[in-house]
Amino acid sequence: MAFNYDKYLRLEKMPTLWCWGCGDGVILKAFVRAVDKLGLNKDDICVVSGIGCSGRFSSYVDFNTVHTTHGRTVAFATGIKLANPDKHVICVGGDGDTLAIGGNHTIHGARRNIDITFIIINNFIYGLTNSQTSPTTPQGMWTVSQKAGNIDPTFNATNLGIAAGASFVARESMLDPKKLEKVFVKALEHKGFAFLDILSNCHINLGRKNKMQSAMANLEWIDSITISKKKYDALPEEERLNLLPTGILKDDKVVREYCDMYQEIKDVHQGKRSKITQDDFEKKI
Amino acid sequence: MAELREIISTGNELAAIASVDAGCRFFAGYPITPSSEVMHVISDLLPSVGGASIQMEDEIAGVAAAIGAGMSGVRTLTATSGPGISLKAENLGLAQMCEVPLVVVNVMRGGPSTGLPTRVSQGDIRQAKNPSHGDYRSITLCAGSLAECYTETVRAFNLADRFMQPVFVLLDETIGHMHGKAMIPTIEDVKASIVPRKKFEGAPEDYRPYEVELDQPAVLNPMFEGYRYHFTGLHHDAMGFPTEEIETCRKLIQRLEDKVMLHTDELESNEEYMLDDMTGEEGEVLIIAYGSVALSAKESIRHLRKAGIKAGLFRPITIWPSPEKSIRHYTDMIKNVLCVELNIRQYTEEIERVSGRLDLEGLYKVNGRPISPYEIVNKVKEVF
Repeated sequence: MAFNYDKYLRLEKMPTLWCWGCGDGVILKAFVRAVDKLGLNKDDICVVSGIGCSGRFSSYVDFNTVHTTHGRTVAFATGIKLANPDKHVICVGGDGDTLAIGGNHTIHGARRNIDITFIIINNFIYGLTNSQTSPTTPQGMWTVSQKAGNIDPTFNATNLGIAAGASFVARESMLDPKKLEKVFVKALEHKGFAFLDILSNCHINLGRKNKMQSAMANLEWIDSITISKKKYDALPEEERLNLLPTGILKDDKVVREYCDMYQEIKDVHQGKRSKITQDDFEKKI
Repeated sequence: MAELREIISTGNELAAIASVDAGCRFFAGYPITPSSEVMHVISDLLPSVGGASIQMEDEIAGVAAAIGAGMSGVRTLTATSGPGISLKAENLGLAQMCEVPLVVVNVMRGGPSTGLPTRVSQGDIRQAKNPSHGDYRSITLCAGSLAECYTETVRAFNLADRFMQPVFVLLDETIGHMHGKAMIPTIEDVKASIVPRKKFEGAPEDYRPYEVELDQPAVLNPMFEGYRYHFTGLHHDAMGFPTEEIETCRKLIQRLEDKVMLHTDELESNEEYMLDDMTGEEGEVLIIAYGSVALSAKESIRHLRKAGIKAGLFRPITIWPSPEKSIRHYTDMIKNVLCVELNIRQYTEEIERVSGRLDLEGLYKVNGRPISPYEIVNKVKEVF
């Protein structure tokens, strides 16, 4: 039987504002299926989104939802999570939202390893505002703010997540909704900062002057730049240059989660344990 | 008269203690002089009462995390100084738009920009009125004594929940770092004074958080309790969803104005010092001052009275919205008016607007040093 999404969607908000052929809907559906698979209670979930096309994600799903200011999802989510440590808090932002204006919060959310599922919908462009360069726009592509060609080096989001300390880091694209659903399940189950770089298409605003005017052409391009981590690892260094590995890139179940550690601070203040010292941590610097 | 307890403390510390006593259970902030002690103290207090405190990566994140916790239903605080407010401004606008209660303690230092970090100023008066773009009404309380650092912070939490919006508590560096004895209400009295935010108790399908009387704030239930709605900084409808529907947009912003401006009687709070014997006769002097400057003003009034000059102080404690009727009452009655501020005319302009008078005298200082009583005495003798 086909999956019934109705229970999780705000049907009165349909159709979405997303363009025909946009990948954001595929990502939203995979996320909803993951929530259903885990049997999570709708009231126990809070979805926090930023500004941009991905910012509308929160208004379409029937959970506790927050549409914040540009780039600040992780900061708002940190407050929600730390005040309600037993709830599921999910951030959704675009590549501009999470890596440009909100880059600092992305880094520090990952560093704290606070239990937030952090979804970047990465379509390589500022779509909502009509094709300005984003931190992931490939060099040499046309953008409305760099019509002679983008010279700005690109961010590799997952490398950032790994370096900053997120305990779970993965990349998938909307080309394979089944894999997407699986990675959402794993991320939601993971206790810690789950950093997801989810590649999506924007044939309207990335594709229009970069020879990918159709959704299909844009998707074929995404397909051409992605490769499973296993295959990626087997490639010689020089062949990796223009490929992004997909799959789970980091899964550290040992590193402590922030709210759990904060509980120890409460224990100190409530006389249940002695003060935290360097001896409490294996890695001290 | 209510029983009081004695405490020896600083203004910043009293603001932190008051927050916890008033039921605040979340703090997020970023270090900044001269307000950091608020974080130092509250980060030690909250964990023992089951709350949480976090030092965020920047000022923006500090207010965002605090608002996030507030959205989830918790009484929440952030503290900062002027430069921090500049950074927090956009998200303070979101809190105004979404109607999220939040208390913001701003310990004022010299500005603009990095200014004079360790020295006193009242340069954030205008900023407190409109830190963010768009139409909304700030509620701003200004503590003029150590005891008020406590009592005004408690009041701020109740007002934030009553009006469902951020409420500023302005201290200045002098008050924030002043150390001494304060007589403050007992814990029992504070607890009894707490009025939590309104909650909708009906069935979730009947819940319309933003569909309220046109002079009332939104009724925002805590998250995770079955009332699923939406927060957005966009213009929004009864359930909080984005809309551009003309009437809905107009009503929303008009309501943000009216929920405050039609209820200023609930907000007004002033101190009238040695004003009862004023009759409007020739030679009487009205001094208008607030915050730590009012302490100097009171001292100056005692000297002026000894010298035979009938002077008195009007001190607004709620500075935004300004106490229009009271200002008009005294400025109509008394001819000689001296405004004393640690800025250049920031509140004087409001007194001019309200009183309709352009002949107010002023004493202003912007070098990071307090105004002494003698400067006020001399100014009165010089200009009147």
